[in-house]
Amino acid sequence: MEFPGVFNYWIAIILMMIGFYVVIAQGNLVKKIFGLNVFQVSVFLLYISMSKVDGGAAPILDDRYQVYTNPLPHVLILTAIVVGVATMSLGLALIVRIRDAYGTIEEEEIERQEADMP
Amino acid sequence: MISSHLPVLQIVIPLMAAPVCLILRHAVAAWLLATAVTVVTFLISLSLLGQVLQDGTITYDLGNWPPPWGIEYVIDRLSAFILVIVAGMGTLVMPFARQSVEQEVPEERIYLFYVMYLLCLTGLLGIAITGDAFNLFVFLEISSLSSYVLISLGRDKRALTGAFNYLIMGTIGATFYVIGVGALYMMTGTLNMADLAARLPAILHLKVIEAALAFLLVGISLKLALFPLHFWLPNAYAFAPTTVTIFLAATATKVSVYVMIRILYTVFGGQALFESFAIDEALVALGMLSMVAAALVAIFQDNVKRLLAYSSLSQIGYMILGIGLGNAAGLAGGIIHIFNHAMAKAALFMAIGCVITRVGAVTVSDLAGLGRQMPVTMAALLIGALSLIGIPTTVGFVTKWYLIEGAFENGNWPAVATILISGILAIIYSWRIIEAAYFQDPPEGRGEVREAPIAMQAPMLLLAAACIVFGVSATWTMDIALSAAEALIGAPAAAPIETSGVQP
Repeated sequence: MEFPGVFNYWIAIILMMIGFYVVIAQGNLVKKIFGLNVFQVSVFLLYISMSKVDGGAAPILDDRYQVYTNPLPHVLILTAIVVGVATMSLGLALIVRIRDAYGTIEEEEIERQEADMP
Repeated sequence: MISSHLPVLQIVIPLMAAPVCLILRHAVAAWLLATAVTVVTFLISLSLLGQVLQDGTITYDLGNWPPPWGIEYVIDRLSAFILVIVAGMGTLVMPFARQSVEQEVPEERIYLFYVMYLLCLTGLLGIAITGDAFNLFVFLEISSLSSYVLISLGRDKRALTGAFNYLIMGTIGATFYVIGVGALYMMTGTLNMADLAARLPAILHLKVIEAALAFLLVGISLKLALFPLHFWLPNAYAFAPTTVTIFLAATATKVSVYVMIRILYTVFGGQALFESFAIDEALVALGMLSMVAAALVAIFQDNVKRLLAYSSLSQIGYMILGIGLGNAAGLAGGIIHIFNHAMAKAALFMAIGCVITRVGAVTVSDLAGLGRQMPVTMAALLIGALSLIGIPTTVGFVTKWYLIEGAFENGNWPAVATILISGILAIIYSWRIIEAAYFQDPPEGRGEVREAPIAMQAPMLLLAAACIVFGVSATWTMDIALSAAEALIGAPAAAPIETSGVQP
């Protein structure tokens, strides 16, 4: 296996782990949402990488090209991007409401306040 | 012919009604539209179930693109049954919703509530109807995103953090699912479930497929709140508006259980998979763990909604146990429990909703003396609780009967014992509610308490009655569940016989 051969997948996995780690380790809700977004974006990269065909052209029918890159994963990822944007904006909107209600966006402080509630 | 387009209408009607609700901007009009649409989807789902029972599996090519290129809707017995459960629960929740939502959601946000409800319904129905692995993810996210919003509409500010935690966990789960689907696509070049099922057996031993399966299972387990991935659920259920709790408890996690069955049995071929990986044993173990652990936690809850949420987790364990047992009786027990538990839990949460309407809060001590003040509501609560325990003549008993039969068939004694122990734990946590309602005096200072309005009581009583009716005469539902289970288990076993017929 040559080094650059699966380079894209390494990047996807590294990004995935960074995102996942931030979601778990960060107490700040905004950072959590951004970690989640990085995690989702890494999957986009995974899909796009797998659709690449060596020497393939963009999938536009033309007599000069015989080899095309698979367009389907791109379409799937367009959908996933929409989902990602919706999730992120909903998450940020919830954080605004949480800040109004609790006066903080730090998880520890929120948990402390909740512990006192009946 | 309109009837040949019923599968797509099932999804498109609620999907299109959602933006219409948004334009209406009026609470009562939005409620009327949502109710009408839900009833229509219920009628469509019944008609689809009738067709499936009579003529077998229905397939529908979306936009007339033939599969595997286009998205295909596939309705077999199991998905038709799930469609009926989801749309049926929606239909029963709607009459209840109007007053309950008016009370718990600010006036100016009520129409938004129904927009989100319709989207959530669309997503849940879509998950059950689609035969495409990626399309399933899209519907999963439609239902999840709308349920995050629905939960955050609760009065208590903890609804916001509950919704936020659910958003984080739900998104991780859905993303895991997409990674799994991506790996499957990478290896097979298809997203169509039937196509995947045909191509996977040959490459089942590959590391990529193993990794895909792991991602899919963990992702779905997060969504269905399988112990120990359940932490988002109790707060989300406890602090959401009551209508949302009823609807989600009766449908959302159940649909995820359906996805689990679909992936394991249809896509990966069930028994063939279990022979090479001991996933069935892992599921049985996790199911048993959830049945006992969640029931133990439920015993110590003071907030009745939280108590019932933990009880839901315990009941999800029964379904997972049924899936893991892997024989027809066990799997049928798991499938029928989706239906049985939806009814019992919806009846219970509706009873709690009636109490919230009249008393305001629902800790166990708030229920004191209500057995005399709200006799009808408490009777429904009692029937729901008996059904959770699994007393004969209630639906819970039917489930346990088949699960125990399935466990016996595998010679799995620990599972039999766990079912019985979990039943005893259910008696303990249910008894706390019953005892407060019937054997304690009302607290000082609480005035006259009347029964909740008839619109809230009617669906609750209907569900409580259904718990008894389908518990006494389970033939109809059991036939569907058993034939669905046999179809799921039988299909992969029949395939090799066909190929051997072709090859000399």
